[in-house]
Amino acid sequence: MKRVNKLLSVFAAGVLFAGALAGCGGGKDAKQDAIKIGGCLEMTGGSASFGISSKNGIELALKNVNQKGVLGGKKVELVVADNKSEASEALNAMQKLISQDKVVAVIGPNLSSACIASSAINNAGKVLAITPMGTNPDVTVDPKSGKTRDYNFRACFIDPFQGTVMANFAAKEMGLKRAAIMIDNTSDYSKGLATFFKENFIKNGCEVVSEEAYLQKDTDFKSTLTKIKATNPDFIYIPGYYQEVGLIIKQAREIGLNIAIAGGDGWDSAKLPEIAGKEALNGTFFCNLYSPDDTSDLNKNFVAEYQKMFNAKPDVFAALAHDSAMAIVKGIEDAKSADPAKVAAAMAKIKDLQGVSGAITFDDKHNPIKSAVIIEHVDGKQTFKTKINP
Amino acid sequence: MNQIRKFDLALIAACAAIFAGLQGAIFTGIIGPFWELNIILICINIILAVSLNLINGYTGQFSIGHAGFMAVGAYTSAVITVKLGLPYELGLVVATISAGVLGFLIGLPTLRLNGDYLAIATLGLGEIIRICILNIDYVGGASGLMGIPRLTTFAYVFWIMIAVIFFIKNFKNSAPGRCCLAIRENEIAADTMGINTTKYKVLAFTLGASFAGTAGALFSHYFFLAHPASFTFMRSFDILTMVVLGGLGSMTGSITGAILLTFISAFLSDFPEWRMIIYSVTMIILMLYRPQGLFGNKELSLKMFGLGGKHNG
Repeated sequence: MKRVNKLLSVFAAGVLFAGALAGCGGGKDAKQDAIKIGGCLEMTGGSASFGISSKNGIELALKNVNQKGVLGGKKVELVVADNKSEASEALNAMQKLISQDKVVAVIGPNLSSACIASSAINNAGKVLAITPMGTNPDVTVDPKSGKTRDYNFRACFIDPFQGTVMANFAAKEMGLKRAAIMIDNTSDYSKGLATFFKENFIKNGCEVVSEEAYLQKDTDFKSTLTKIKATNPDFIYIPGYYQEVGLIIKQAREIGLNIAIAGGDGWDSAKLPEIAGKEALNGTFFCNLYSPDDTSDLNKNFVAEYQKMFNAKPDVFAALAHDSAMAIVKGIEDAKSADPAKVAAAMAKIKDLQGVSGAITFDDKHNPIKSAVIIEHVDGKQTFKTKINP
Repeated sequence: MNQIRKFDLALIAACAAIFAGLQGAIFTGIIGPFWELNIILICINIILAVSLNLINGYTGQFSIGHAGFMAVGAYTSAVITVKLGLPYELGLVVATISAGVLGFLIGLPTLRLNGDYLAIATLGLGEIIRICILNIDYVGGASGLMGIPRLTTFAYVFWIMIAVIFFIKNFKNSAPGRCCLAIRENEIAADTMGINTTKYKVLAFTLGASFAGTAGALFSHYFFLAHPASFTFMRSFDILTMVVLGGLGSMTGSITGAILLTFISAFLSDFPEWRMIIYSVTMIILMLYRPQGLFGNKELSLKMFGLGGKHNG
């Protein structure tokens, strides 16, 4: 018996090593005629839904592109590497895409911290990375030198704009006067939105009556909410992510806080109605980059095809990843080459590229200039409320 | 004694040969940047695994807060190089010492607990360290400390790893090391024999923590950043998995575990959906058929395969 165990363990170790070694040989037998773009995406971990939607959006974009091909009929294919929703793993995945898979350009990551960490790799490798949703200003601009990073782009607008949009919307369109803010203290994104919301809300002659903080993965918010209720606000601003926001909204309604609640694009997930409950979501708004109910023809086609392919409504990650892929394809066509550095140079010059989330023009900081939408939850469904131009 | 020294010298010579081979392959580009990154990651993971093995395997204290000490090392070294502009070598030393000091301070009260209670306490402490860092704006808070230069090279990582391995290997064979083993086997018996159990437990814990600090410093200066999300309890579990997979109390087991799991993780990045499943199935099968880990508490040697000389405890 002892001998069998020993053999078994040797065998198990052998199998594992064989698997590991097989990995070393990968990526060399790639087809020469296909142009590869990488997806450094959140396939597992805390933000897995971001990465999966993005992947779907890119696949749809490439399916349409590949009907006629680029650069005289060449196919474009997507290689996905999982960044596990974490910065050092994103760097690892980015390195793999660039040095193993030799991609022309990379889409992702979606998390700002992962973008900033991996920017060192893709700038050294002279391969562009476009983040669908990394909203932190430092993603495309090096904070130390204040210079734009040559090979980093984004398809979304930056944080300050969202906070400003929501403050103006709440004060002017909804006529609200007393806001409470709940900040996710583990997230820079949340802090950034809150700062700009507060500044602009006060500028509109309104008042911020309380400011509370929570941490990611917290599950009980009732004591915080009771404290907020005591300050008698007519509006709560929660620029957080959907897991906690869902629970906060649910618990707010449970303690009888039936006022308007609003937030940023971190709310955008099909899971939010599941977590919060459909009824609790009535009277909640968020600012987003994209709404599937947008009435442009391009978007209508995109939504129809997406529903056919994936049997779900596209979310903002899908739409922006789709537009990111379109921008890269446009870059390849404009550069008339699949050389990564030339594609990056061509991308920086893109003007008025029609995407499903609006027209894309990159400014000198590689940020697109585009409009924002306000979305309201009605019976658990996201409905397009209004569009606000920059 | 002489024989052991000869053996050690032969081992170091072998390590030098491996180093020369790998470094040569990196220079000539046979090993590309991606596998270079993973080899460096393996070395860092080996340092973490053998240092955790010193606490969990040799001394028998179940600690699962290793990522916390790694974070301390990562951040202190980054503060020294980025904020104060001092040399990287100093950063490495200070990272090691500060993680060790913290390990000492934390070890004193918590090592009076045992078994499950110690595990829970160390888990909590790891999280406390992370949450503290998260709320210190000086080191970037939630967005992490960015803009750390890449000063960790393969040579640094490799030789620090070898030094740590040899240190722990020789520690095990020293008098304090034997005391640690005695505590693992039976704490009451060890106490009765006149061993100051608290002292040796804290000693092992402090040493393990300080090496984790070194690993953290190497980590942050290779990946350009120190981010709180990199040091969650998931990383503690990753390290623990490496140690348990290889066999608690086996240094070669920890090394094998670290190499295997890092490779598997790199290989499976193409199949993210399967990674978690394969990972977990491997663990379940292993725990069913070999609950003591791949090597148990034995060391990998030629003797294991029925070759070579007399058995060496």
